[in-house]
Amino acid sequence: MIVLNGQDSDVRPGETVAAVLARMGLETDARGVAVAVDGEVVPRAGWDSFALSHHARVEVLTAMQGG
Amino acid sequence: MTEDALTIAGRTLRSRLLLGTGGFPSLELMADAIAASGSELVTVALRRIDPGARGSLVDVLADAGVQLLPNTAGCHTARDAVLTARLAREAFETDWIKLEVIGDEDTLLPDAPELLRAAEELVDDGFVVLPYTTDDPVLARRLVDVGCAAVMPLGSPIGSGMGIRNPYNIALIRNAVEVPVVLDAGVGTASDAALAMELGCDAVMAASAISRAQDPVRMARAMRAAVDAGRLARGAGRIPRRLYATASTPNEGLPELG
Repeated sequence: MIVLNGQDSDVRPGETVAAVLARMGLETDARGVAVAVDGEVVPRAGWDSFALSHHARVEVLTAMQGG
Repeated sequence: MTEDALTIAGRTLRSRLLLGTGGFPSLELMADAIAASGSELVTVALRRIDPGARGSLVDVLADAGVQLLPNTAGCHTARDAVLTARLAREAFETDWIKLEVIGDEDTLLPDAPELLRAAEELVDDGFVVLPYTTDDPVLARRLVDVGCAAVMPLGSPIGSGMGIRNPYNIALIRNAVEVPVVLDAGVGTASDAALAMELGCDAVMAASAISRAQDPVRMARAMRAAVDAGRLARGAGRIPRRLYATASTPNEGLPELG
């Protein structure tokens, strides 16, 4: 099971980060978005090619008011 | 006022007021307060995306024409803070980071060893690091020694509105480091911001004091004026404090009326 932003998801192993973003309605040129998989940054340039493994923990983050 | 501009890591800022975006009841009010404050550098946090609400904050801030200063708010370890900074760099295409590593839930005071460790790692990774730190001059110096571009000592705990609890330490920090000193946290009202500048701070960061004021836009204007007033007063050189009066009117020519 791939965990997306802390919740079990129906994302399948082998799907790319870009595919996950598309599921969320996000383009790969979305402003102010960052992605981490298993505690490591996935740079924007790698979103199209980075394929998720079983049990991957994906965090999709953006700007929030703060500080 | 360009001759009195603030320079951090080679970037020139005309405003000496940094604004936090947290706590505003609406994005419209936030945008109005930013405009009223004159601030050119505003902080944002990084959180899990809510697909329904995406984009708007970044868009509003882009429209405001301000530079983003992402923070690592909510991080409790150097590891989390470093990862958050790297994610912020990806998201906002800036290598500036307001580094926060919190050590205590009740006071939100910084965790000094973790803060120093994170600062060192981020500087090595090419970041412009502005650490939120305690009002400890020794820690401030250590942060600058590892390459921080500025230091952001607290006046009192975040959101407490308690002002500057130890003005002597803030003055000591100003004397201890060569980089800009930005008073961060604890500002409650305009006089706190003026005091920070009178103590020699190079800038003031205000968040809750503006965003949670009854009239945030009016408070943003007040903070802007206070920062300017404090800066002018610092430059003007205040008179020394004395226990007894010193007459401002001469006694010569005083008539005998008895």
